[in-house]
Amino acid sequence: MSDLQIWTVIIALGLGTYLIRWSFLGAIGHRPIPLWVERLLRYTAVGVLPAMIAPLVVWPAATAGAPDPARLTAAAVTLVVGVLSRNTLAAIVTGGATLFAMLAWIG
Amino acid sequence: MIQSMPFLLVVLPFAVLFGVVASNAGLDLAKIAGFSLLVLAGASQFTALQLIGDHASMVLIIVSALAVNLRLAMYSAALVPWLGATSPRQRALVAYLLIDQTYALSLREFEENPQLSLRQRLAYFCGTAALLCPLWVLATLVGATAGNAIPDSWALDFAVPITFLAMIAPMLRTPAHIAAALVSVLASLAFAFLPSGLGLLVAAPLAMATGAGVEILTERLRPQVEAPNV
Repeated sequence: MSDLQIWTVIIALGLGTYLIRWSFLGAIGHRPIPLWVERLLRYTAVGVLPAMIAPLVVWPAATAGAPDPARLTAAAVTLVVGVLSRNTLAAIVTGGATLFAMLAWIG
Repeated sequence: MIQSMPFLLVVLPFAVLFGVVASNAGLDLAKIAGFSLLVLAGASQFTALQLIGDHASMVLIIVSALAVNLRLAMYSAALVPWLGATSPRQRALVAYLLIDQTYALSLREFEENPQLSLRQRLAYFCGTAALLCPLWVLATLVGATAGNAIPDSWALDFAVPITFLAMIAPMLRTPAHIAAALVSVLASLAFAFLPSGLGLLVAAPLAMATGAGVEILTERLRPQVEAPNV
């Protein structure tokens, strides 16, 4: 991607994100959100983020797309620790440690 | 400001990681600073970065990263009863500083202390942001500078998947959230043959609809389950 394209993305993303944040406080005010919109908004993060990474976990670019036991194990550990502890940082640390350990072990 | 300090433990490593991954992806300091200052929303910054690396189209990158930020509209609405009466200029500032952490802290404080004046509420909100927001930007720059010194053997390619997994896992609180995440994963794998990033645009709406659908179902089922046996 060219510099110009990346800056376009950054600026568009900055403006768009700001407008989202400003929406109700600044423009829409006290008008309530329709129930169905509120329902969909609740699931934006769990809808977008897993779709983003599932292919990266199953077919990592670093192994030219071949499923990799080290990365699969690290992903599983991160998920389990995250669900059990509800702690993002703990999940990142244990997931990262698992990845290093597995890479060192398998080589 | 003091109450926001525990969040630094999450925000700072996350920000450093963004800087590292961004500089490894070839972004210079100015662009990394631009991202953090203008967007100020970690998950969407990672999303954009990932899709830039995948050579997805610009429209797709912008749409996907904005979709990650739609939850901020919910925060904006939730703050209206508490800060809606401030001046337009103050609300414009609040909107810029509205992130997961400032929202969560402020809403809790406002609900626990409804007697706070408008001025005190605004001061509390700005206090939560005073430490978190500038340090987010600074820490991404630290990561950006350190990024080039990190060897390939560290498998940094996997930092983004691990970070995202760690963010998603604590969100899986209800059957609806779990169902949405599951559909998101399955659909994105099923549609992975589509040009880069497009699978995401199919999977995400399907997953969101699933979450909303399961939520409606569980709400309908609940009264029957809890009804006493007569």
